[in-house]
Amino acid sequence: MRFGIVVFPGTWSERDTNHAISGVLGQEAEYIWHGDDKIDHFDAIVLPGGFSYGDFLRCGAIARFSPVMEAVRAFADRGGPVIGICNGFQILCESGLLPGVLMRNDHLEFRCIWTDLKVENSSTMFTSAAKQGQVLHIPMSHGEGNFQADSATIERLEGEGQVVFRYADTNGNVTPEVNPNGSINNIAGIVNGRGNVLGMMPHPEKACEALIGGTDGNVIFSSMIENIVNSLA
Amino acid sequence: MTVSQETLDEIALSRAEYEAVVDRLGREPSQLELGLFGALWSEHCGYKHTKALLRTLPSSSDRMLVAPGAENAGVVDLGDGLAVAMKIESHNHPSAVEPFEGAATGVGGIIRDIFAMGARPIALLNSLRFGQPDGARTRYLLNGVIGGISSYGNCIGIPDVGGEIFFSNAYKGNPLVNAMCVGLIENGRVASASAKNPGDLLLLVGADTGRDGIHGASGLASRTFGEQAELRSAVQVGNPFLEKVLIEACLEALVLPGVVGLQDCGAAGITSAAIEMAERSGMGLRLYVDRVPRRELGMTPYEVMLSESQERMLLAVTPGHEGPVFELFKKWDLDASVIGEFETGSNVSIFDEGILASTTPIVALTDAPEYILSNQKPQWLTTLQNADLSKVPMPDTSPAETLLRMLAAPNIASRFPLYRQYDYHVQTNTVIEPGGDAAVLRLKGSKRGIALSTDCNGRICFLDPNVGTVIAVAESCRNLSVTGAEPVALTDGLNFGNPETPDVQFQLTESIKGMSRAAEAFGIPIVSGNASLYNESAGKAIFPTPIIGSLGLLEDVEKHSTVGFKSEGDVIVLLGSESVWDSTDGLAGSEYLDFVHDRVEGQPRIDLDLEIRVQSVCRAAVRAGLVLSAHDVSDGGIAITIAECSIIGGIGATIDESPAAGGLRWDAAMFGESQSRIVVTVSADRLSDLLALAATEDVPATVMGTVGGDALSFGDMFTTPLATAAEAWKTGFSAATSD
Repeated sequence: MRFGIVVFPGTWSERDTNHAISGVLGQEAEYIWHGDDKIDHFDAIVLPGGFSYGDFLRCGAIARFSPVMEAVRAFADRGGPVIGICNGFQILCESGLLPGVLMRNDHLEFRCIWTDLKVENSSTMFTSAAKQGQVLHIPMSHGEGNFQADSATIERLEGEGQVVFRYADTNGNVTPEVNPNGSINNIAGIVNGRGNVLGMMPHPEKACEALIGGTDGNVIFSSMIENIVNSLA
Repeated sequence: MTVSQETLDEIALSRAEYEAVVDRLGREPSQLELGLFGALWSEHCGYKHTKALLRTLPSSSDRMLVAPGAENAGVVDLGDGLAVAMKIESHNHPSAVEPFEGAATGVGGIIRDIFAMGARPIALLNSLRFGQPDGARTRYLLNGVIGGISSYGNCIGIPDVGGEIFFSNAYKGNPLVNAMCVGLIENGRVASASAKNPGDLLLLVGADTGRDGIHGASGLASRTFGEQAELRSAVQVGNPFLEKVLIEACLEALVLPGVVGLQDCGAAGITSAAIEMAERSGMGLRLYVDRVPRRELGMTPYEVMLSESQERMLLAVTPGHEGPVFELFKKWDLDASVIGEFETGSNVSIFDEGILASTTPIVALTDAPEYILSNQKPQWLTTLQNADLSKVPMPDTSPAETLLRMLAAPNIASRFPLYRQYDYHVQTNTVIEPGGDAAVLRLKGSKRGIALSTDCNGRICFLDPNVGTVIAVAESCRNLSVTGAEPVALTDGLNFGNPETPDVQFQLTESIKGMSRAAEAFGIPIVSGNASLYNESAGKAIFPTPIIGSLGLLEDVEKHSTVGFKSEGDVIVLLGSESVWDSTDGLAGSEYLDFVHDRVEGQPRIDLDLEIRVQSVCRAAVRAGLVLSAHDVSDGGIAITIAECSIIGGIGATIDESPAAGGLRWDAAMFGESQSRIVVTVSADRLSDLLALAATEDVPATVMGTVGGDALSFGDMFTTPLATAAEAWKTGFSAATSD
């Protein structure tokens, strides 16, 4: 299958994502420049991490107006799988493809650490290779990952199983002590109502090989590959 | 005509230097020309006080692809079609004046030096020195510098994988902010900062030019400074987003036909960048200042030539090939303008609105005066060296309490609260993260990996600049060797006080001698370097601080070693010493003596021959898979080393012999910092293999104890719960640097 990886000026995780998807998992991957709007030949779209347009104004606030985001919105509307990682998650929220906002970390510092993510919903196309409640060891790296939304939205996300990942300890306990940024309910990743758009702050592409600390990130890409390949068959 | 003292002070030229300018030109220089001389003859660009010394450093190696000083950074061949560009640069004075932007633009500057070589930057390290963290000003500087590094580095997508931070009031008024960048060159495509033929076009790409940073090189970097606020306008403002885009655009441009040269626009702006490029090309140059895109109206040629606006690069392009270059930069939304052309001859001619504003022989500008330094050892130093360390009183705390106090010391406690603010994972190559002795990165597409470290103990260099610098080289290499990596190249960041004073001249001269001796002994070249002088405040120089950045090579990156103890029953072995514990001699210049007794004295020592053998045995043991963990003994001595191995590994340790055995001073035994020692662990069934390996190189190897349990036990003297030790070590940094 073929992944399209969107590159904005200031994106820096496109090469890492490409390495995980094609170098490690053997799939096709191509970059999509932010000015392009022809993306229909891809099976899935990745909005990778970085600082699109320097994160000027507000993270993701400028990227949402780029031609490629129009195309991504149409792609998602047709049910195409879209994953936004870190800055990609911020862009998805700014574009309205996902609800909520990502605010400055509550301690006001940038954080680069390994996190443990509890899989809260293993029936999505992004998590089907994981067991319900499994803990994935995946690093995060952001200054603005504090997920917040109004209470009705949070209630809906929680009620509909749209909360996919939560920050937890290694045993899967979700506690305030392991919340790295102040996100409400320790939320680290969510899907849209239809289940084809995922946003997450931690970086699965940075956990793709044992040599660099672990392979748990592959669970997410492998889930996508399996589900998409099956749906194409 | 006589030039005013005020004008000379502004550009930091002495009257004798001014007369030399008049002599070389055969006339009085114009104001513009005086600005050019001030910039290029500044210490920062002209290396007036260090050139003669730097020539003595070893720089040859089979691995060298680009000689030191020949280009923006040194380049080392790693085999497999891979090469690495590396360099350290200082941004001390800007950071003292405006810490956030000073540190941020320091990072930005060194990154440009690296991608100017055609290298994709793959790692940053930073080496920081501050006053004791209890003062409000130091905390302001510390938070600003860390914020600046974090903001710039994280945005640009280059992992910050290591470095050091050290507190001493010797740096109180003059912090040190040195950044090292390492870049990877694939397929032997090393770029050059020169033109090929007369007629080649000079393009300025990236940011517009503003009034920021004028006199940065001559004013901030090349003299001591008292009234800091007045110089704030000499600090530049960085835009990491623009630099990230500039990296991608420049690396793409280098593969276009007709793009023959790439040069960083750093200290002294277009003046230094363009004129150095012409000199390197052996050509003359015509510059059209009116074609330089400006941020503001009304800038004079003087201001345009001396602006240090960030995120600008120069390209040399063969005429007729500029079209695709403009297109490429347009794709990245970057400006590109032809601002000059190379020509036959040897002058730089500057035109403004079609009028010739100046024409000057390039060699007159670039061949700055050279000063030979005196080398007189000061009497006060002999007194300090001869201090009788056996007379140091014993501490008023128990051994267990003293251990906890040392673990929480600002210079020893875990740096995690600091480096978790830097992205150290991006580019997905980080095998050993910050917190180890050296960072280790894999090189994608190869089995090989590299190890990186920066090191320098200024306190030890203060007590003996020669031996101290030997130790800095040895320790930087030792940090590589404990991971299993073979040291292959060094870079230096020289940070010293005012070179016009005899004490600093002695320190500089002896330090370079030591560096030379150590590099020769290790058989590795010094591939690049940077000098930052005039680091003093209120007439007091900083500790001489020759920061050593080192690069190591792992043939098989899977075979590396880490700091933490691994499993119950593993045997702890000390390589490099026949005794488990240190002697009183080890107190010289130690963290313990400074932190607990507020003394900086004694005579540091190192046996280089032993050092090299110890490192060689350690590397061989890692390669052979004998060693389960390895950590070098440095700040805080053997007790701190053992505690760190246990805390990081999450498992206790028992040292069999008491630190007071045989009537030893337990404080010296535990916290002495004698060199050339490495703590390793080995499984019980491979112990004899390790001891045999050590014996082949005549390296002492002493069994110290065993790994296991949940406490640290020091013979029959005391036992401390591991959790208590871990708490002290993990919280010490935050406790010392916040209220």
